[in-house]
Amino acid sequence: MASNTISSTGLAVRQLGLFAFAAVAGLAALMWGPNLLANLTASASGANSAVDAANNAITVLLREEPPQLDSTRSTDQVSGVVLGHVMEGLLRYDENNALVPGMAESWRIDTEGALFQLREDARWSDGQPVTAHDFVFAWRLVLDPDNASEYAFILYPVKNAEAVNQGLLPGDALGVRALDDRTLEVDFERPIAFFDKLTAFSTYLPMRQDFYEAMNGGYGADADTMLYNGPFVIANWVHGQSLDMRRNLYYWNQERIRLDRINVGYVTSDANTSLNLFKDDKIVLTSLTPENLTNALEQRWQIHRFMDGSLFFLEFNHRPNRLTRNLNLRKALYLAQDPNELVYKVIKLPGYLPGASLFPIFLDGEQGKFRDEHPAPTHRMDLDAARRHLALAKAELDLEEFPPLVVLTGDNPVSNVQSEYFQAVFKKNLGLDIKIDRQIFKQRLAKMTSGDFDIVLAGWGPDYNDALTFGDLFASWNLNNRGRYSNPAYDEQVRIAQNALDGKTRMAAFAEIQRIVHEDVVIIPSYERGVAYVTHPRVQGILRRVVGADTDYTNAYIVPEG
Amino acid sequence: MLRYALKRLAQGIVTVFFIATATFFGMHSVPGDPLANDKAMSDRIRANLEAKYGLDKPLLTQYSIYMGNLLEGDFGISYTQENRRVNDIIREHFPVSATLGILAIAFAGLGGVLWGALTALYRNRLPDLVIMLLVILGISVPSFVFAALGQLLLVNLNDQFGFSLLPVAGWGTVTHMLMPSLVLGLGTMAYLTRLMRSSMLEIVNADFIRTAKSKGLPATRIFTHHQLRNAILPVITVLGPSIAAITTGGFVVEMLFAIPGLGRYFVQAVQQLDYTVIMGTTVFYGAFLVFMVIVVDLLYGLIDPRVRLE
Repeated sequence: MASNTISSTGLAVRQLGLFAFAAVAGLAALMWGPNLLANLTASASGANSAVDAANNAITVLLREEPPQLDSTRSTDQVSGVVLGHVMEGLLRYDENNALVPGMAESWRIDTEGALFQLREDARWSDGQPVTAHDFVFAWRLVLDPDNASEYAFILYPVKNAEAVNQGLLPGDALGVRALDDRTLEVDFERPIAFFDKLTAFSTYLPMRQDFYEAMNGGYGADADTMLYNGPFVIANWVHGQSLDMRRNLYYWNQERIRLDRINVGYVTSDANTSLNLFKDDKIVLTSLTPENLTNALEQRWQIHRFMDGSLFFLEFNHRPNRLTRNLNLRKALYLAQDPNELVYKVIKLPGYLPGASLFPIFLDGEQGKFRDEHPAPTHRMDLDAARRHLALAKAELDLEEFPPLVVLTGDNPVSNVQSEYFQAVFKKNLGLDIKIDRQIFKQRLAKMTSGDFDIVLAGWGPDYNDALTFGDLFASWNLNNRGRYSNPAYDEQVRIAQNALDGKTRMAAFAEIQRIVHEDVVIIPSYERGVAYVTHPRVQGILRRVVGADTDYTNAYIVPEG
Repeated sequence: MLRYALKRLAQGIVTVFFIATATFFGMHSVPGDPLANDKAMSDRIRANLEAKYGLDKPLLTQYSIYMGNLLEGDFGISYTQENRRVNDIIREHFPVSATLGILAIAFAGLGGVLWGALTALYRNRLPDLVIMLLVILGISVPSFVFAALGQLLLVNLNDQFGFSLLPVAGWGTVTHMLMPSLVLGLGTMAYLTRLMRSSMLEIVNADFIRTAKSKGLPATRIFTHHQLRNAILPVITVLGPSIAAITTGGFVVEMLFAIPGLGRYFVQAVQQLDYTVIMGTTVFYGAFLVFMVIVVDLLYGLIDPRVRLE
């Protein structure tokens, strides 16, 4: 009996072996089919290594699929990166972040308006000239209420823009005209000191009417539903997989482009995948995040640091029924924490800087940097003072005991440790209970808008390179002022900064805003965000930008081996 | 058979209708605002966006409009990718998920049957113990851990060999598909192995096996025609839902391996409260699952003559 079982088992195993062989062969055949097909389409990612010197090409990774490449409606950073490579506005920022001519070869700006002279050799990617009419059409489209462009506000310095956007005036009432094909005239709503900087912003990009209308609402959805006027064109776009950018042969400044191809070969937000692809020599740059930093440090690469210009802060809810409306409570909280401790002992990521002011360090002042000319107020943790303010607050609010304060926060590694830090210090130093309300993106926004929080971990990134992009944040009329802070003295300074043209007056106003924010504890600045990243040693000229396309490969080039 | 198929199909359509209804109202009761973005928008722009997506109408009206469009096969326009139709998103990205899923399921099915049969044959001996230990590992370790480990393995292998043996991530060629489908199929394979093993063991002492043996049939024939064919039935049963689960549940693997599959859009849509994409993908996947279950039930009749489809 026993021997019989063994022999039949042996036979069965042999049979199974045959099955296995057939199965493997079948699987191989199954996989061969798609392979052949894929080779035909030849859009596969990862076919090339990070640097392809023979074809003068590099491969990069995007964090997500660009959601909106229609420049009139685009709002997000990833779309901004792609638009920065394939489009060009009237002016653009060069490799030193200086404004240089783009589609406009010369311009004149005064208190009433601006006049732009477009260059003769400005071309769309189908060979037709870029004209002043294309800008007029694009700007009207941005402000057309039916287009529902979320960034329409950035065109409000143009005369009647806000009224057109509200539907109070027709589109042709907008203060922008094409005097001829190459001359664009702009009237201002009020004098503005930084209009030149705005014209480099992606919402100000041109759009050609005949092409846009022919796309019937599908403009920007695919590579062939777009027109390009920048250094590169999108030659092929497989959603979620690859986006192949090639040199634009119609671009006016061919000398500027040194790469023939920038291939987005991968689309993923996974930090470890990005690092693995970089290790495997598949992409030329990877960001280093809390998830992959330790792994990257072991590689002994040269790590680059960059500050992306965003400020993160604790924003108080100043609505009437909130405890955080009480100044002494806010002061107590402010004095009981230390951004240095948060950044250097808790967050511990390269490139981060402790927050000290509403105005990040990159902002320009009158001559040099704003923060050099008007240093941030000094802050020192002072527990005695903090407890005194807390006692005052308790008396003013007529409270026996403070109820737990709700700290609203997003769900990501940095804000998680940040919220836990504040929970710990406020408990330890003030005996206050903090309830952390962790929400995903849309829910957090909904709660911020409805005011369902005491304190929110908020952040702000610059739209343009002027201190006003931060300075007007807590103006009583600003919709992004989610804590509803309202102070006539603050508003007054914002109006001065908006209307004055003279640098000295404006910077004095910003300095005053900086002081008010500190003394009234409108917010508690936590940190200015840093970015750590590594790049391929053979690729030079990669630019990181605070404003505009970040990361910018338009000036990148491959250096010879060795 | 045909009547049965048609009846099941009708039931399936009713099921999908309920899925759509439940998702619609569930989704609208989730807190959060699908239109909200980092930068606040004016009331006027908000009103325009609401009008564009029909959010300004009462919920029941929105529901009836949506159902009307659904009958015409129109899923609407995405909220996050404003110029893309949800139909296009499904059409472009489902084939990717399906390819990955089919490979994973082929891998899991074949592996599960083979390992399961093997363990049953070697019951309580060393091969059985080793494989069952691995199976427990395969069932209990989530796929994202396998995915991360698999990717790390590739990086190190490529590093050791000095050239790209298999790509670390990405999509497009068969080499891109190997590791992700392997990783995605592992859990199901482990599960199927266990199922196959127990159903093999149930049959091994059955009367008809003894009869076959006493008739003097060769052992291989008994194994293939009597044991395997009977034991495989429960595996087929779970295979249908597994196909749907694997094709829909691959989002972690898709994210990690940078694969442009539909699973990624499904999950992102939920996070972003992209109403139309949530509805489109849920209804589509729901219909897919229902369809797979029907297919499996029909297959049952073909494989097991005892089952009559009436």
